[in-house]
Amino acid sequence: MSTTAIPSGTKWWNGGRSPFNVSYGKVMMWYFLMSDAFTFGAFLISYGTIRFSVNHWADPNHVFNSFPFAGHANLPLAFVSLMTFILIFSSVTMVLAVHEGHHMNRKGVEKYMFLTILGGLAFLGCQAWEWTHLLTGEHVALMSDGSLSILPTTVKANPWGADLSHAEMLSALQVTPHEQLVAIANTLHHGAESGAHHELAALSNQDLINQITTAGLHATHQGPIAFGGYFFGITGFHGFHVFSGVVINIIMYIKTKLGHFDQRGHYEMIEKTGLYWHFVDLVWVFVFLCFYLI
Amino acid sequence: MSNQHQVISPEISFAPEHSGDTKRIWRTFWLLSVVTIIELAIGLAIYNIHKGANPNETLVLAFKGMVCILSLAKAYYIVSIFMHLGDEIRNMIMTIVVPLSLFIWFVIAFLWDGNAWRNLRNTDAGSKPNTEQVQHAPVKEGTSH
Repeated sequence: MSTTAIPSGTKWWNGGRSPFNVSYGKVMMWYFLMSDAFTFGAFLISYGTIRFSVNHWADPNHVFNSFPFAGHANLPLAFVSLMTFILIFSSVTMVLAVHEGHHMNRKGVEKYMFLTILGGLAFLGCQAWEWTHLLTGEHVALMSDGSLSILPTTVKANPWGADLSHAEMLSALQVTPHEQLVAIANTLHHGAESGAHHELAALSNQDLINQITTAGLHATHQGPIAFGGYFFGITGFHGFHVFSGVVINIIMYIKTKLGHFDQRGHYEMIEKTGLYWHFVDLVWVFVFLCFYLI
Repeated sequence: MSNQHQVISPEISFAPEHSGDTKRIWRTFWLLSVVTIIELAIGLAIYNIHKGANPNETLVLAFKGMVCILSLAKAYYIVSIFMHLGDEIRNMIMTIVVPLSLFIWFVIAFLWDGNAWRNLRNTDAGSKPNTEQVQHAPVKEGTSH
């Protein structure tokens, strides 16, 4: 609704009024977000280009199939859905804070900003768990010298290539050194008593190989090394946005509590913060799509 | 219906009307949640297809295209409703949306390029024959000599 009648023949670009009828700060926030969208877009498109250029890529349902406290249960998509819903919900509380700001309701803004901050922290906690899980994971993969070794998922190692055939695995086991065989046999004994390692080390190579093959070891080729770099780079860049968004939200929460926006007569800062926070949610829609769904 | 009484700047002569209730916000929340659940269902369908003996690659591709479209729908609702871009005046909307259309070229050109690289990799002319996944590389005769 117009608060002031606009005379006909108004020269919009002569200064003294906003051609877009939006404050300078909000226009600039939009343009910053547009440029940030291109940054994220370039990262994701680069990832897509590399993924399209190789014959085999890590299957997200195998890489991201675990859940905190669920042990080795195979739960594809479960944890990332939790993260997605946390972010959607914190987006809703943010837009509700903006809504309360339009109505100059300080208590309402405080309440919803607080919930938004909690959502952001919960998301960061989930991401920290997921990163730790990948970086400390133990997956048996074929090394370039033909032996088997235990690899985590890092920017330098990707154990998520194609599965080894049974024959390939047997010949790889023959050339795998003793310590690696012990370590591999040890990974198949999750939850076993602590003395197991010494008992395994005393076994001969052939006994270890027999034990590993009867336990049904799952071993893979190494995948393209770019996987870890793209995953940690892009989710890290997004996580950094979430982190900075949480910091900005905390500052706005304090300013709201101190009554700065009541003195100013409007809650437009909450709107601008909200734009940034929704953008973080928007980027997650595409990170979720590119890394976890397809 | 509360009228707009906040004066942000004297340069602004117009402010979108903000309705008193939050119905639209919650409707958008449910919409985003339902779309996400559909996406997850499709993701699980893809997972189950891949588990099978002979995965139907065309069906997988169709499902992947579907989740891409659903993600774009989610992006539209977040930007339009949550970020209130739909409430701004048309010129403002256009200065954001028109530059972003560059992405149409950006996505097509670069994925096409990636695909061309894979095709090259799988020929004799490929600069780096992929020895790691021999069983996955389609066998091609060197017909281009």
